[in-house]
Amino acid sequence: MRQVKTSAISDLISRLCIEANVRLRPDMRKAIRTALKKEKNTGAKSALGLLLENAAIACTDRIAICQDTGLVVVFMDIGQEVRIAGGPLKQAVDRGVRDGYRNGYLRKSVVFSPIARKNTKTNTPAILHTAVTPGNKIKIWVMPKGFGSENKSAMTMLNPSDGERGIIDFVVDTVKKAGPEACPPFVLGIGIGGTFDYAAYLAKKSLLRRIDRKNPDKKLAALEKKILNAVNNLNLGPMGLGGKTTALGVNILSYATHIAGLPVAVNMNCHATRSAYGVI
Amino acid sequence: MRRLDLPLKNRDMRSLKAGQRLLLSGTVYTARDAAHKILVGLLKSRKRPPIPLKGIAVYYAGPTPARPGRVIGSCGPTTSSRMDGFTPALLKAGVKIMIGKGRRSAKVKEAIKRYKAVYFLAPAGCGALLSKKITKKKAVAYKDLGPEAIYKLEVEDFPVIVGIDPKGRDV
Repeated sequence: MRQVKTSAISDLISRLCIEANVRLRPDMRKAIRTALKKEKNTGAKSALGLLLENAAIACTDRIAICQDTGLVVVFMDIGQEVRIAGGPLKQAVDRGVRDGYRNGYLRKSVVFSPIARKNTKTNTPAILHTAVTPGNKIKIWVMPKGFGSENKSAMTMLNPSDGERGIIDFVVDTVKKAGPEACPPFVLGIGIGGTFDYAAYLAKKSLLRRIDRKNPDKKLAALEKKILNAVNNLNLGPMGLGGKTTALGVNILSYATHIAGLPVAVNMNCHATRSAYGVI
Repeated sequence: MRRLDLPLKNRDMRSLKAGQRLLLSGTVYTARDAAHKILVGLLKSRKRPPIPLKGIAVYYAGPTPARPGRVIGSCGPTTSSRMDGFTPALLKAGVKIMIGKGRRSAKVKEAIKRYKAVYFLAPAGCGALLSKKITKKKAVAYKDLGPEAIYKLEVEDFPVIVGIDPKGRDV
């Protein structure tokens, strides 16, 4: 049994919080550069140019790409040959987030209660998804999720007969409703199948995949392409100023589901799709 | 690009057209969800707000903390439509300029026309870049709200697009 101390987990999460918030993911930068070359619309071109300039300033000055440094979602794969020592895991995660947000000069955007709405001043608690996997490592993904886009996410329970057409229509409709305030160009995280809650979890998790990596499932890869084309024909464009780049990427994760159901969840993400990864 | 000083002169205000790109310099006050709720509550109960509202520019933003030696952290616009319910009351009280991101409701558009105000769009998701356009920052009210406090900012050549002009035309 390999032993991992909770302090090591906190330290890593703290670093990943800062990293994710100040350094735009290389796949995102690449996608924006490619879109800039392809766009003909001058408004869209200037908006994409600003996004690259913004990312460069954030990286050099070590300040947040976006002032909405998000609610932190942590995905953790815990090897089943690991023993975690030094206190409760969830406390270690929250300690890491608290330290990262303090030391990285990141915004504290979390309230204790969705009704009373008093700021916790530490950006905690985080949301933690754990999975027990083979091996003796702990893999950690930190995803700060901004709410300009999160607020525009949607989920539906389609009929099985609605099929691919129904999925595409629902995603396109969700993007239309999201509009310029959700900060296009978007990355769409889509979860299909499972149950009501699991589809939403898959939608969130799908956003961890680099958008320049193809979906290993050929049918899903084809569906991603169809959705991307449909969304990019909406002429919403970067910052909503028109153009072909309404989305930079579409990521789908799917799971088995019930004979009577076709759950679909769309997690909207902005052009600052952020995450950072580390392993212990 | 056209440069304008805040507060806007009547002549400048009348000349604005939806879609124009401008660089603004002068004073703006940040206010978002929580501050809006409090300000409009004060107006309703005829109490004095902690900042003068007449003629001011309100920026829908909640910045990240400043690194040592810096004026401010990342400071881009937040979604304006969440403020829509409070906006007509603030325009009635004298607010002339709003800066944010995204669409506004029909009621806000009407109020903009009635009170001859303007709604500007700032580049969304460019908080790091916009932080360079802010030369001064002072928390002036509701400091306990953290990022939702009201900050008085001095901006210089702050890039915006006219979103809804005083005639009610929408970009």
